[in-house]
Amino acid sequence: MTISFNHPIIKKSQSLIALFLLCLFISLLSDKFMTSTNLWNVLRQISVNVCISTGMTLVVLMAGIDLSVGSILGLSAAICAGLLKTGLSLESMNLFVGFTVLGGIITALLVGLALGLFNGWVITKFSIPPFVATLAMLTIGRGLTMLYTEGIPISNLGSSFESIGSGWILGIPIPVWISLIMVLIVVFLTKKTTFGRYIYAIGGNEKAAFLSGININKIKLAVYGIAGMMAAVGGILVTSRLNSAQPNAGMSYELDSIAAVVIGGTSLSGGVGRVTGTVIGAIIIGVLNNGLVLLDVSPFWQQVVKGIVILLAVIIDKMNQKNK
Amino acid sequence: MLEAVKISKEFPGVKVLNQVDFKFYPGKVNAILGENGAGKSTLLKILTGVYNEYDGEIKLNGEIVTFSNIKEAQNAGIAIIHQELNLIPELSVTENLFLGREIITPLGLLDTNKMEAEAKIIFEKIQLNVAPKTLVQKLKVGEQQLIEIAKALLCNADIILMDEPTSALSDNEIENLHRIIQELKIEGKTIVYISHKMDELFRIAEHYTVLRDGNTIDAGEMKNTTEQDLIRKMVGRDVLIEKKNTANQFLTTILKVKDLNLINPVVKNRKILQDISFELKKGEILGIFGLMGAGRTELLETIFGIHPTNSVCELEIDGKKVYHKKPKDAINNGLAFVTEDRKTEGLILGMDISSNISLSTLPTFGILNDSSSKNSAKEYIQKLSIKTPSETQLCQNLSGGNQQKVVLAKWLVTNPKILILDEPTRGIDINAKNEIYNLIKELAANDMSIILASSEIPEILALSDRILVMAEGKLKDSFLAAEATEDKLLKSALPQ
Repeated sequence: MTISFNHPIIKKSQSLIALFLLCLFISLLSDKFMTSTNLWNVLRQISVNVCISTGMTLVVLMAGIDLSVGSILGLSAAICAGLLKTGLSLESMNLFVGFTVLGGIITALLVGLALGLFNGWVITKFSIPPFVATLAMLTIGRGLTMLYTEGIPISNLGSSFESIGSGWILGIPIPVWISLIMVLIVVFLTKKTTFGRYIYAIGGNEKAAFLSGININKIKLAVYGIAGMMAAVGGILVTSRLNSAQPNAGMSYELDSIAAVVIGGTSLSGGVGRVTGTVIGAIIIGVLNNGLVLLDVSPFWQQVVKGIVILLAVIIDKMNQKNK
Repeated sequence: MLEAVKISKEFPGVKVLNQVDFKFYPGKVNAILGENGAGKSTLLKILTGVYNEYDGEIKLNGEIVTFSNIKEAQNAGIAIIHQELNLIPELSVTENLFLGREIITPLGLLDTNKMEAEAKIIFEKIQLNVAPKTLVQKLKVGEQQLIEIAKALLCNADIILMDEPTSALSDNEIENLHRIIQELKIEGKTIVYISHKMDELFRIAEHYTVLRDGNTIDAGEMKNTTEQDLIRKMVGRDVLIEKKNTANQFLTTILKVKDLNLINPVVKNRKILQDISFELKKGEILGIFGLMGAGRTELLETIFGIHPTNSVCELEIDGKKVYHKKPKDAINNGLAFVTEDRKTEGLILGMDISSNISLSTLPTFGILNDSSSKNSAKEYIQKLSIKTPSETQLCQNLSGGNQQKVVLAKWLVTNPKILILDEPTRGIDINAKNEIYNLIKELAANDMSIILASSEIPEILALSDRILVMAEGKLKDSFLAAEATEDKLLKSALPQ
């Protein structure tokens, strides 16, 4: 009896199989990997990338790209921390506004949304390629973060805020719950709403979508807005976990996020892919990071290995498409 | 002499060339005539090595040759000047001229001086008065065409194929081109010339070959034939599709187009469409005929709101003034547009039938109702007899005819008042063609108003109640179905 690697079930769950093999491999080499402490820890770390990457998936499905998610994460995290720590004081009006944890979080989300919408506005209004528009936002966002924090971390944000990042509910870390909810929302958007259908349509054939009367600009605006907000969710998770907003928080996160999307099987040319694939992609990257640390591989080699994994994933994907 | 013996070429389901024979003589201008779809461009692609799988033989000076790619055809001395010019606007004329065969110094660097000097010599020969450093984007279309000819001369081509070389040229530029062709003839070059312009062919061509539906119909010397004769050979068909003869009176005006103008977005002072006005009546099938480049597609696109910034026109639908800033506006006003190219404009090929059909009817933000869109997809699969295992089949797996039916279904679910069809049967087999014809007739009988643009005369004659003829961006003539004939339409559509 032969098992063909081209069997549709094997093909569909390829990344899942890869993840399984990876876990098996690491646990054979290190007995620290398969402990519940370590596994929960890994999941807690991954949840940040999962949040960012679900937003990124929508952008990439639309044949776009968002390089600014790391900077948006940084700025929204810094503003959230700043408001929690010192509130908002307008001395000229002799006004002081203190912020509750919820207030800080909502503001952070709005900052992320606004920056994402700005990306979308530039892209649709001036027909600027997403790569360029979001590259600009990458440096603008980081610069604003540095200005706001003056380059100094904002720390000690209160125990209730800290518990978001480090707490547990029903034996599962809160960040994992949050990322799970985000994933479910985006899965619902892509599978069950016209909005999601149009994202695929635009990525599949923008011209045909336009001629079908779809309001392409509105969809793009919304997608970049969502991507920005998802980055802010990631920012809240990072900040509360560390109980501190670092000025360089989220730096180069866009790369891990794009990697997760690509490893998860979403095509960079748009129209094809799944949010669940991205989640597996993010887990693969997280497990790989964790495993390489456990195996005492030098951080420099870690980067090399990660790059090779990304290449392999894309090459396998290409070969699958050819076999079709 | 370049000669072809029994060349046949088949695409899945369609035979484009059927045992075509021809001879192109050196020192002569050899004209190829044929309607759109006769197989001219396929023939050119075979001769220039773009298609290398075909039956039959190509003989060059008596020897059988095969070109497996464009480079090999070039090396054999065959050059082509395409209807759409293949120059890079941002590079200079010299850089374009030597693209891919640059002259280099012994050190391996570009020898700009030598290339510019050679460019000058060639430009003098073809009397092109352009400095070698000029960017191509600054040239007029006629001058760009001369650059293409210079390219052909530069690689010492003996056989130069020209595909509608004068379609975008002014009278002076045409004169100049013809003068150069005369000189090339004296040098013994073989010129193959494709054009719809009869007067031009009679002026410069010695030999002709007429293609129709992939067959060689006739070949001979120009001096032994007449314009009437050639037109008859181009259009005459063994199987004539029945012509429509309506006595129907259409009374209610549903669409009024007044003074429609479309400006060329690149060259601002050139109009793509000029002063077009017409009316469409309720339940009428209005045919729009024109040759390639006449502006049919652009006219339909402008009405559908695709060129809002470059166009001016007054539109009235049901007596109400409307303005279409984007396709959505046109759709909301009861228009539907089946575009010319189903693959790039009509369908999302990677999506299934049901999703494609529901695309134009969904709100921007809302919950998908899969069962309802599946049901309506099923309904149309049956109604239009779309051949597919199920409504969840991806559109990329369907045949051309079935894809076209999906596009039609996508628009019919919007329940349009006015259905605009642009080349609705291009590249699909005769059966699907007939099914679509019957559907169009049935829709019109149920009071839908239809604009049908096509470059196929039989199609226009079979369906239209009234026919508008376009040429060079203008409305030339209007015929009632009863008075229209193939000859009249073609004659009217030929550019002056």
